[in-house]
Amino acid sequence: MNAIPAELLRILIGLVAVAASVGLIGLVMVWVERKVAGHIQRRPGPFEVGPSGVLQPLCDALKLVGKQLFMPSGADPILFWLAPVLAFLPVLLLFLPLPVGDGLQALNINLGLLLILAFSGLAVLSVLLGGWASNNKYGLLGAARAVAQSVAYEIPLLLSVLAVAFVAGSLDLAEVVKGQGTWPWNWNVMTQPLAFLIYFVSALGETNRAPFDLPEAESELTAGFHTEYSGMGFGLFFLAEYANMVVVCSVATALFLGGWHGPVLPGPVWFVLKVSALMLLMVFARWTYPRVRFDQLLVINWKWLLPLAVANLLLTAFFVKLAQFA
Amino acid sequence: MTRYQNMEQLTGDFYTQNFAKTAREGSLILNLGPQHPSTHGVLRVIVELDGEYVMRAEPILGYLHRMHEKMAEVKTAAQFIPNMGRVDYGHAMGWNWAFVGAAEKAGGIEVPERAEYVRVITCELNRIASHLLWWGAYLLDLGAFTPIMYAFDDREKILDILQIPTGSRLTYSYFRIGGVAQDLDADCIRRIREFIPWFRSRLPMYKDLVSDNIILRKRIEEIGVIEQDVCRRYGATGPVARGSGINYDVRRAAPYSVYPKLDFEIPTSDLKCARGRYDVRMAEMEQCLRIVEQCLDMMPEGEVLVKGAPKPSWKVPKGEAYFAVEGARGKIGAYVVSDGGKNIYRTKLRAPGFCNLSLFAEVSRGTILADAVAILGSLDLIIPEIDR
Repeated sequence: MNAIPAELLRILIGLVAVAASVGLIGLVMVWVERKVAGHIQRRPGPFEVGPSGVLQPLCDALKLVGKQLFMPSGADPILFWLAPVLAFLPVLLLFLPLPVGDGLQALNINLGLLLILAFSGLAVLSVLLGGWASNNKYGLLGAARAVAQSVAYEIPLLLSVLAVAFVAGSLDLAEVVKGQGTWPWNWNVMTQPLAFLIYFVSALGETNRAPFDLPEAESELTAGFHTEYSGMGFGLFFLAEYANMVVVCSVATALFLGGWHGPVLPGPVWFVLKVSALMLLMVFARWTYPRVRFDQLLVINWKWLLPLAVANLLLTAFFVKLAQFA
Repeated sequence: MTRYQNMEQLTGDFYTQNFAKTAREGSLILNLGPQHPSTHGVLRVIVELDGEYVMRAEPILGYLHRMHEKMAEVKTAAQFIPNMGRVDYGHAMGWNWAFVGAAEKAGGIEVPERAEYVRVITCELNRIASHLLWWGAYLLDLGAFTPIMYAFDDREKILDILQIPTGSRLTYSYFRIGGVAQDLDADCIRRIREFIPWFRSRLPMYKDLVSDNIILRKRIEEIGVIEQDVCRRYGATGPVARGSGINYDVRRAAPYSVYPKLDFEIPTSDLKCARGRYDVRMAEMEQCLRIVEQCLDMMPEGEVLVKGAPKPSWKVPKGEAYFAVEGARGKIGAYVVSDGGKNIYRTKLRAPGFCNLSLFAEVSRGTILADAVAILGSLDLIIPEIDR
């Protein structure tokens, strides 16, 4: 009976559960995005498969799985196939330290925030590999853009997160959430509104979502770094994008919007509601705005977000120190 | 210092090789099209990039060449009219008019007054549809997915209206030598009258939601500045020339039909950039509504096809004639030379898009790739018209 250690079993179940939920979230988000986009564009969106088309993403996923995996001639086979896997795998780890409810956390470590920031940095590597190994000029340009963008946007993202960590005095997401209260005026967004704004804009840039979707700007680069990917190669990039969206929105919820705190309803419900609201905001932004230009994107970052984030951080540090003396 | 010392190293087809011969060391040659999301059909552009900067761009044509001018030599004048709807699917009425007008001029045929008004109404409605098509597609180029759905919603209403007299939705062959094929019936006129206030109410919404959007403004303002002398050198007409402040519109410069009787303005812009061309087209849609409104009020009763109108076998009398109209993209011209035979001896079609595209190579030099796409879109190109 004691053949399998309990800890190993727990990790196994946890990983399977995370992988399954990432897949499920991906499917749900595809449906939500297409439905919302449809209604924004005065059309019904998918409605044929299942009630209101809820099974449409499943059909799309099946189609992607069934497609031939194609590799262009002259591509580097190892790097080419490594890239989508590398895009998807770190995302699974990002879900581990997310505090969905009080004590409802897959991995309870006191450096949860650091883990998330470290592993989300890996995403840029997969994009670079995918674009480089494709032996395609569009892919290369998309990859170059992605690297410049991700590296640039990681800095204000980090600085805005740090400001919250200063106030909470912890890098553990659960601790940060516990420091906040039930009502919106008890949330960190009230004390750190600028950090929240910087975080959200940087998160859009970090996840390559419109209006910052330059690595895959279709009007210039056809599909950017994933031009040459077919079937599940593309599917994994796609899934990773949605999973990344969930992660950045979850982190925003935990850091700024009070995490699981909320009146009446149980904690996890509030968490999911808040994450969904942020995700919907991202979807609205994508289907409403044109795309910014690449140099403008970097100008926004280096000229506005970064100095503001630094100023915000210094100000926060000053007040935290002041509070200690008082 | 050219990049290739040994010509056997060159790859790609003839155009790419020819282009690469003069490429500089360390530059990237990128082939946009003929299948590319932002080249609208089958335009192909080869660009030489330094990073993201376009050092040189060369449009390559001919992927949709359908030898319309050659076809004109083997058809009678009346038989050639359907071809005109297919030259430019965006503004088919303008092309109808240019050719029919040239044939009428050569044959000395008078058109009944009601037919002139019907021509103006259909042509202007088609112009709105064409500008809406451009507007949606242009914003798609700039990464905004939604406006095209609204544009096509409006365009759909125009197509529904034009379907009643013409029987087709895109490639109209509605004009006849000596008039038009069919009168506008009461139902059609009622729908046009309903459309005008409805579309007027939509334009402010487009301005608020799209035209004044900060991201859009940053994308098109001061991008692709075309100086007036560049416009004149390349023979650019239509909104491209008017966006650079050249007040040239065939409807006013060389008036035809009933346009002198109508009260409307020619919008121009001194911005010279993509924003100028954008503003001109948006303002033109409002003027089109004004023209249609006046025509509906002024339109007399009567025939829409002249008595004893030419039969399909009608021979254009010996001589030559040139007739130009203002199309959605600029000056559409048809030059007809007849030797009195069964078919017209030679028909030359002047496509505005051809001239407008030719200045792209000069204007796009030194811009960022994303800007080059924005410039290409602002020229409002319809490839079948350019290739003919």
